[in-house]
Amino acid sequence: MDPDLVYLDHAATTAPRRVALDEMRPWAESQFGNPSGSHRAARIARRAVDEARDRVADVIGVTSGEVVFTSCGTESDNFAIAGTVAAVGGTAVCSAAEHHAVLDPVTHLGGVVVHVGSDGAVDLDALAGSLQGVSDRGGRVSVVSVMAVNNEVGTVTDLAAVADVVRRLAPDAWLHTDAVQAACWLDLRAISAVVDMMSLSAHKFGGPKGMGVLMVRDGVNPHPLLLGGGQERGRRSGTTDVAGVVGTAAALVAADAERDHEVARVGALRDRLIDGITSAVEIAVETVPRASTVPGVAHLCFPGIENEALLFLLDQDGLCASAASACASGAMEPSHVLAAMGVDRRTATGALRLSLGHTTTVDDIESAISIISAAVARLVDIAGRSRVDG
Amino acid sequence: MKVLVGMSGGVDSSVAAALLRDAGHEVVGVTMRLWGGDSDTGCCSVSDVDDARRAAQQLGVEHVVFNFSDDFDRHVVGPYVDAHRNGRTPNPCIECNRHLKFDRLVSRAEQLGFDAVATGHHARVGTHVDGSFRLERGADRAKDQSYVLHMLDAQALKGVLLPVGEFTKDEVRSMASDLGLRTAAKPDSQDVCFIPTTDGRRGFLESRMSFTPARVVDREGVEVGEVPAVELVTLGQRRGLGLPGGGPVRYVVGIEHSVDHDAPRVIVSDAQDLLTVGERVGSVVWAGDPEPGQLLVQTSAHGDPIPAEVSMVGGGSVDIRWALRQPRVAPGQSVVFYDPSDRWVVGGGIVEPPAVPVRL
Repeated sequence: MDPDLVYLDHAATTAPRRVALDEMRPWAESQFGNPSGSHRAARIARRAVDEARDRVADVIGVTSGEVVFTSCGTESDNFAIAGTVAAVGGTAVCSAAEHHAVLDPVTHLGGVVVHVGSDGAVDLDALAGSLQGVSDRGGRVSVVSVMAVNNEVGTVTDLAAVADVVRRLAPDAWLHTDAVQAACWLDLRAISAVVDMMSLSAHKFGGPKGMGVLMVRDGVNPHPLLLGGGQERGRRSGTTDVAGVVGTAAALVAADAERDHEVARVGALRDRLIDGITSAVEIAVETVPRASTVPGVAHLCFPGIENEALLFLLDQDGLCASAASACASGAMEPSHVLAAMGVDRRTATGALRLSLGHTTTVDDIESAISIISAAVARLVDIAGRSRVDG
Repeated sequence: MKVLVGMSGGVDSSVAAALLRDAGHEVVGVTMRLWGGDSDTGCCSVSDVDDARRAAQQLGVEHVVFNFSDDFDRHVVGPYVDAHRNGRTPNPCIECNRHLKFDRLVSRAEQLGFDAVATGHHARVGTHVDGSFRLERGADRAKDQSYVLHMLDAQALKGVLLPVGEFTKDEVRSMASDLGLRTAAKPDSQDVCFIPTTDGRRGFLESRMSFTPARVVDREGVEVGEVPAVELVTLGQRRGLGLPGGGPVRYVVGIEHSVDHDAPRVIVSDAQDLLTVGERVGSVVWAGDPEPGQLLVQTSAHGDPIPAEVSMVGGGSVDIRWALRQPRVAPGQSVVFYDPSDRWVVGGGIVEPPAVPVRL
């Protein structure tokens, strides 16, 4: 990437880690055997996959048999939800602030979407009410999906509290969490301990794109989405991407090893970023109190500003940031997360997500503060002038 | 100059971007996302955004997408539905140009520091005798789009560039081909961009309004057929009226909404009864100072300009009086005035319904 760019979109994707690239290279190049085979070349590749699976299992805190490699976080989420409903029927339940990779399968299957609070975390009373409501109607909840960390605003969910509610009111349901935004910031062992399924996406923690993980607890058996050669113990057919699996493991081990240090370092940078912007820009609002979020996300709203215009100006000045989710055409869509949190449309239209990662430096933060302050000032000034003119 | 070029993914706008780039301007392409609903054609679909982005990439210019779907809904789709409800035949492309391309997009461009907005329309920005800018017909008379841009007055044209207006469509296609653009052979957009061809206008409106059945009568008041939706009937229409075949061709010459009758009436008659001496035109936009008088008047996007006397009647309206009687124009349609040399846009507006229902 152009070294002059200030890259603050690590929640979209982060820089691949050198260690991952180095470990991947032989498996993408000379060691190209198909691990499903039985000859020597296959066995060499198979060993790499097995070792990688062990390393991932150790970081997640589960057994190796509970680790399924997939092609992305979206596939992991779909596998958990659609796979559960396909296997055991029943109703899928999720929070209104979920990523579309969860929300869309749940609504597609006629599931129940639960309210979130103003911080974006699922409302536990509403969750209890929804679970009770399904059983009152004679139904059965088969899977509950609540994200570990919200991908837009960065809010951390108290999954232990969610698990308590689910175990109490829907004891047969499998609890899934989309932990795609958690891997760099939270101990995955603590998360996996309270859920039955957990999705990860490798490129969010410095691994390759096109690789996901679904942790599936022993005894939990969602129906596979892909049928065929029976790879991943029949749970995900398709030729194993050996380099991808190896890179995923290498990146996850690195992210885990440096997590405590990075949480402190990036947290301080995030605080400086938010404080710098809110002190320079009068209209800036911190969307969710930072104590509720992971260190990697700074979500701000500039009420009265259109983030499409703001993002254009930031891009012109070499700052990569994002707003709500972009739709298929690349246009900005109003955020369903902010809407679910009860943020009014005018404020939500001025939303900006700045996300930090393992390559973020203090220089990035200082540049971002000045670029953002200048761009917002320009847009506020023009809006003020056209109001006077009009 | 820093120029924001509206790119639809089609040939004309892609070549417009190329011409501006070659002229040394700093060019950014933009595709407006206007419609959130299902659509398979025109300027609104994801595949068109893909085409626009690919063309921009091939030209080496930046490309962005702006989501103006709220404004499109408010200024184009909503009024389109309302117009049908009120017995008008709207022209949504003109309203899109008026409110989206040359208002919302222009404001956004100014906000972002652009000096001008360009599009791939076949029309030209010329200079009037008094030195002000005027909209001029495109070099390719058959492809001229000045009709749909007539709202661009001297003030608006200061910030507008229409580079392909200097060329014929064949020349534009050949330039696109020389540039290696993958869109070079893409057909022109047709129809209303937010209406899928699968269910058409009827299906689109059906989910947004209720229809009123109407009796179809001849000029003596004898019922000859019926239609399920008077809102879908347009003055001058001759098909889809439930009339038995074989007889003389009959046109809709009048639509009476329920006043004295149980159901609205659609009156059909021969072409002669469709003729009128003139029309009242409202919401008139003049290119500069009003210049009524003997002008040429065009009543559809690619219709022939017809000599008429245009006179002011106050309240932003004019009366046009045809030199020779003409078929009536459906209320809601735009008419555009050209100077007698048929070169410059002088103004234009929207046909109003007759103040008193036409009695035959």
